[in-house]
Amino acid sequence: MAASTLTRTAAQERRRRGIIAAVFLVPAFVLFCLFFLGPAGLGLLYSFTDYRGYGDLEFVGLSNYQQLFADSEFYTALGRTILYTVVSVPVGYFLALLVSALLVARSAKGKTVAQVIFFFPWLVSPIVTGVIWRWLFGESFGLVNYLIDGVGLTPLKWAQDPNLALAVVIIAGSWGGTAGTMLLFMAAIKNIPTSYLEAAELDGAGPVTRFVRIVWPLLAPTSFMVILLGTIGAMKEFAMIQALNGGGPGTSNVLIVQYIYKTGFERSEIGYASAASMILMVILLIIAVIQTRFDRSDLN
Amino acid sequence: MRSMPRAIGATTLLWVLALAFLFPVLWFLLSSFKPGSELFTWPLQLFPRDWTLSGYRTAWARFDFAQYFLNTFLVAVITTVLTVLVSACTGFALAKYRAWWIQGFFLCILATTMLPTEVIMPSTFAVILGLGMYNTLAGIIVPSIVTATGIFMLRQYFRTVPDELLEAARIDGAGEFRIFFTLMLPIAKPIIAVLAIFSFQWRWNDYIWPLLVLNDQEKYTLQLALRSIVGAENIDWSVLLSASVISLLPMIALFLIFRRQIMNADINSGLKD
Repeated sequence: MAASTLTRTAAQERRRRGIIAAVFLVPAFVLFCLFFLGPAGLGLLYSFTDYRGYGDLEFVGLSNYQQLFADSEFYTALGRTILYTVVSVPVGYFLALLVSALLVARSAKGKTVAQVIFFFPWLVSPIVTGVIWRWLFGESFGLVNYLIDGVGLTPLKWAQDPNLALAVVIIAGSWGGTAGTMLLFMAAIKNIPTSYLEAAELDGAGPVTRFVRIVWPLLAPTSFMVILLGTIGAMKEFAMIQALNGGGPGTSNVLIVQYIYKTGFERSEIGYASAASMILMVILLIIAVIQTRFDRSDLN
Repeated sequence: MRSMPRAIGATTLLWVLALAFLFPVLWFLLSSFKPGSELFTWPLQLFPRDWTLSGYRTAWARFDFAQYFLNTFLVAVITTVLTVLVSACTGFALAKYRAWWIQGFFLCILATTMLPTEVIMPSTFAVILGLGMYNTLAGIIVPSIVTATGIFMLRQYFRTVPDELLEAARIDGAGEFRIFFTLMLPIAKPIIAVLAIFSFQWRWNDYIWPLLVLNDQEKYTLQLALRSIVGAENIDWSVLLSASVISLLPMIALFLIFRRQIMNADINSGLKD
């Protein structure tokens, strides 16, 4: 009898704790439903309508998606976003890795000051980052073209050539993104047992070999996260480009989030923009699944 | 014997890169002290010929910066406090209670990293509109409270707190909520400090929600005000440069005060949100 009372109170206790856990989770759950689940569902719903922000929803079936697949502006935006991601993620990754390697190198001098310099861009908002690089790469007034002209070469058309304009976006993005990635790498490097490196040193491995053969492989979980977050970040790039060149020249560098913004808010075609959102969601989901698979195979 | 050239090589590479990172800011900062006429006169010079604050004065006079500062500050502080509270109680529950639905919710929170809300902004905007938060500061505060990064940070931290500590407090007769507020929150102070600093930076530099939600100029945040200068047909560079520098100052102050916490933060999750 005593045993049954005990189990009953244990079950009661478990239920009581469940209720308490639920109370702790309520705020996050409500906000999650309101600003994530709700919009996702609503977006899916809108994508089958021609909603323009007011009035009743009128279902149009798959016509938004059909139109979207025939919309060259959409393909340009998607293609440009993918190009930007494919170039900027590896550039940002290796730049941050190199910086972190140098900042832990025993032989390098002035590391404390250098670290502050590399970290500074973290404080700068995407808008101001755009302003800084726009000022530097101004076609007729920027310092870069002034210097190119100064050494007797023809100044480059940073604003008029779509590819050069994208190159500036990539440079500015790498400048702004290195600090955060560097923090992640440095924290991970600190957690590597020094005995590994000492053993390698006794075997005669130089600092470069030690980093490439021991530290870098041990950073695999961090690398995975950096690349995943970097990919998602690049796919949703918006603010910095707004200040840097507004997606120009013309609309040649309008990336996908800016495309959604333009159709949804400037032209208030909310149904159509929602269809584009849904496609972007599916693409991000596929990227996340592929990268997670990749990570798992890496660990085995 | 080989270590001398190696030291020189590593130091040189480090400082070439560091100067490449520093130079854009330096050029931008020095330009902001040049008079408007000097900004575009060739030959360009690194240092201003006449140092002047005229760009700053014009920027301060022409735009209601005090108001933008106040708005941005209010939003960043209130959101940060709420983010810390919600992340702490969510992270605590995720770390210390076990049930299938708690694990399920954790996966949902992680999924928000993969599918950021920028992606579904038309419908999120409709939700904000439906809640009557359009053109209010609440409309940028409330949607930003829950961040996967914050919840994840606190969950990981609470997992390192031994269960025995909780059990001991329970045996002493403390209720779960008292345990949370008087025992767990104080224990989590270091990670809360890190999250608070990061959250303040995220919100100070936020652009997309203010852009969607705010309409009246007197409700603008700094980033929106800057965007309205840079989006003009003819950019007033003198004003733009100075205004941008002004908007950076609080972030620099934050960094100087909390440098140790920021640089030594043992962070193992995403920093962007």
